Amino acid sequence: MKNNSFGLYIHMPFCVRKCSYCDFLSFSADDDVKTSYTEALLREIEVRASLYRDRTITSVFIGGGTPTAMPASCLRKVMAAVRRSFTLCPEAEITVEMNPGTDHPSLEAFLTEDVNRISLGMQSFDDSELAALGRIHTAEMSRDTYDHLRRLGVENINIDLMAALPHQTRRSFEHTLRAAAALRPEHISVYSLIIEEGTPFARLYREGEPPLPDEETEREMDALTERILSEAGYHRYEISNYARDGRECRHNRLYWECRDYLGIGLGAASLMDGCRFSVTESLDDYLTLTELTGSAGRLLSAEKEIWDKLLMTGRERLSRYDRMAEFMFLGLRLTEGITEAEFRERFDTDLDDIYGAVIRRHIRSGLMRRTPGGYALTGRGRDISNTVMADFIIDNDEER
Amino acid sequence: MLSKNEVVGIIETMDKNHIRNFCIIAHIDHGKSTLADRIIEKTGLLTAREMQDQVLDNMELERERGITIKAQTVRTVYKADNGEEYLFNLIDTPGHVDFNYEVSRSLAACDGAVLVVDATQGVEAQTLGNVYLALDHDLEILPVINKIDLPSARPDEVASEIEDVIGLDAEDCPRISAKTGENVHDVLESIVRLLPPPSGEGEAPLKALIFDSLYDSYRGVIVFCRLMDGRVSRGSRIRMMATGAVYEVTEVGYFGPGQFLPCQELQAGEVGYITASIKTLKDSRVGDTITDADNPTAEALPGYQEPQPMVYCGLYPADSARYPDLRDALEKLQLNDAALQYEPESSTALGFGFRCGFLGLLHLDIVTQRLEREYDLDLVTTAPSVIYKVHKTDGELIELTNPSNLPDPSEIDYMEEPMVRAEIMLTKEYIGSIMTLCQERRGVYESTEYLEANRVMLKYRMPLNEIIYDFFDALKSRSRGYASFDYELDGYDRSDLIKLDILVNHETVDALSFIVYAPSAYERGSRMCERLKKEIPRQLFDIPIQAAIGSKIIARETVRQVRKDVLAKCYGGDISRKKKLLEKQKEGKKKMREIGSVQIPKDAFLNVLKLDEE
Repeated sequence: MKNNSFGLYIHMPFCVRKCSYCDFLSFSADDDVKTSYTEALLREIEVRASLYRDRTITSVFIGGGTPTAMPASCLRKVMAAVRRSFTLCPEAEITVEMNPGTDHPSLEAFLTEDVNRISLGMQSFDDSELAALGRIHTAEMSRDTYDHLRRLGVENINIDLMAALPHQTRRSFEHTLRAAAALRPEHISVYSLIIEEGTPFARLYREGEPPLPDEETEREMDALTERILSEAGYHRYEISNYARDGRECRHNRLYWECRDYLGIGLGAASLMDGCRFSVTESLDDYLTLTELTGSAGRLLSAEKEIWDKLLMTGRERLSRYDRMAEFMFLGLRLTEGITEAEFRERFDTDLDDIYGAVIRRHIRSGLMRRTPGGYALTGRGRDISNTVMADFIIDNDEER
Repeated sequence: MLSKNEVVGIIETMDKNHIRNFCIIAHIDHGKSTLADRIIEKTGLLTAREMQDQVLDNMELERERGITIKAQTVRTVYKADNGEEYLFNLIDTPGHVDFNYEVSRSLAACDGAVLVVDATQGVEAQTLGNVYLALDHDLEILPVINKIDLPSARPDEVASEIEDVIGLDAEDCPRISAKTGENVHDVLESIVRLLPPPSGEGEAPLKALIFDSLYDSYRGVIVFCRLMDGRVSRGSRIRMMATGAVYEVTEVGYFGPGQFLPCQELQAGEVGYITASIKTLKDSRVGDTITDADNPTAEALPGYQEPQPMVYCGLYPADSARYPDLRDALEKLQLNDAALQYEPESSTALGFGFRCGFLGLLHLDIVTQRLEREYDLDLVTTAPSVIYKVHKTDGELIELTNPSNLPDPSEIDYMEEPMVRAEIMLTKEYIGSIMTLCQERRGVYESTEYLEANRVMLKYRMPLNEIIYDFFDALKSRSRGYASFDYELDGYDRSDLIKLDILVNHETVDALSFIVYAPSAYERGSRMCERLKKEIPRQLFDIPIQAAIGSKIIARETVRQVRKDVLAKCYGGDISRKKKLLEKQKEGKKKMREIGSVQIPKDAFLNVLKLDEE
């Protein structure tokens, strides 16, 4: 089945300052670089769009980095180019990520006219935790930004929170959860701090060792999150995402449903028509995109090389078994799980023929459960999801 | 330097009085392989540039470990100071106690032996062991003092040690550095002068001793032999005297370094190889005598004693579908390694495999590594065991090689275990720590002999069971490498033995059962449980690990269940990475063996048995 619609992701790699735990493709830069980056982005939008004229975008997600660290004029130009070059569905969800401490009066028109959803990286309501993370804001500043957005009339706001921080206690985490819920955002994401190699945190902390909370505390924090947020009217619809009714993030659901998404901007990843590819991670290379003159269908042969090198790195056509595995391990992240009907429609095979034995085993061990028409993880299964999901990987020997 | 063709020409016309069949014997690390390299380099065939270090250690495993496992043979020509050319058949021999049988095989093909003694270490336990073996074979022994280039060399003291301890005349023996080549010429001249040429009658019926063999997929079995009498060439009809099998010879030849060099004929006194399209491995048994099928010799050679395995353990393919591959691999390996024995067995935990007999732990280790590398097998190894004698109440005697087969205690009258007499050589300062080690391993002290002011030989009588596993390593680590030991079997002693079972998740894992001296059962059981806890990754549920004697639990540990994965987000750019992580996790599961419902890494079975920490 070829789904005609897709989601668009746009990466803005700039930050005011890099946080101590962050291993994303992000860095600080001056306005000249940001302007050049915008030019390259506009070029990429134009060239890419020529390939997808007959398809509709149902959601846009502008992520980073900190998109709001860009000059407002740049952001507006990018959205204008998206609307001009692609076919954007009228009710498309358009999200931009924003960090407290980056709101500026010049952003108001962009925030109210170009997008309809804002994701706020608040992370914690404990100032010492925020300082330890290397964030540029306090809890007070987070609240101010939030109130300001509401005054501007922004109706759909997500708050990002982090668990398992250094020195974080159950008590301080509970305070963060309650403070976030009290603001009544439409959506809350909660995920654990992961110590990534190459970050300043990797030199300071080791997974599972103090001052990081142990595994058991982390499990309790997860249970606490679910309890407090459900009492506050949020339902958990994905492993790390909670929403009020009707406010689930449509763009992120695309990822878990294995639907097409196109990533634009430095390092952005795409899955289009069963193919994965990415944009180069080298900023210098990326900025040379402005040299492309034609559209995708009419590139000179020299330009085709640039295109492949910069915009189609790591290109990989997923095998049928790859796609099955991804359908399962991503779909099982959703509380509702996966359905047999959807599996059959996508792969023209019964779920039971491929994964029957694995599923039955996990049901016996209480890690998966039957749903009407499909299967989902149990609470215990969600706690140790990697163990379950690894069993849905089909390796080469089995493929034959 | 002679060309290869010249060498071949000379060999073809050589008379018996100009042949020297000899080996080099030494304690491990005293430099015999280096000396062998020098001799090859200085006599012909190879230029220095063609020499890779230690030419004779040609198994990958041997190079890596810097030890010799298989005896290797090479034939070369030496132009002596008297102007005459001599043919040298040099047989390199292993140095580790486990491989004494290889030494013994090599010696049967020799007339003389070069004994290498390290000028800094002096006479060691295996120096003596090898000398006794050589004397058993009536070999002439030429002592050589090596490593005189080292600052701590004390050649005079070592010379008197050789005279006092071994009883060989060492006054004028060559003092050399095999490393630098200094005085190696003396060794070559001494070989010509002091070692005897082979005896034997060229015109008598063919009589040749098989001392090794290997399997080649093109030529069939390649038989390594020493001709005592007669001659053999392509087209000869030969008979294996033990099996009666008759073959037509397709090729004869001798050994160049790392290669086979075909020749016209092998004669009495020579060492070489024969191929005869021999497909049945059983028909070329090491120790058998080859004779002429049409003109047979009256009597077979005495052969020599086949090595007796002292350590048994189970070998199982990690992937049970590869059982037939393991069987084929063992069959081929046995041809090249006469000491290896095996028979099929099955385990509830591990499925179908083989109970294999080895000479010692190093031998076990070498065999499993060769199976894994040369035959691309993934193996699970069970607890090694010695052969216990179980006397049942009904008078029956069982020789037990697999602890799982131990009868119910109520049917056992008493048990016996094999003992060894161990000789440990060391410098004085380590006496205390080594005596402690021996006592920990149930050694009974017999004597201390001072070889000179600083060097001591300790004699202990101890159970073989206590030294098979890691005694050698413990000895080395507690003496900073200065102690060496050798041992010989010394009968059976009645002993207080019991079977210790290990239960994982309440199920007995038969592959981990072992026989233990009853008074140390508690300590061994606790340690096994601790070790196993470290080896088993956490799983979906708590896993109790217990040590039990019969139905009595004597130790327990618990592998706590996995509680929580980190709560990771997973958006567009994270998916490929997430998939790699899951693939890796799945890959890890494949290295596990499922026992009941518990995943156990396959190398855990051997890892848990290491007794000495570090």
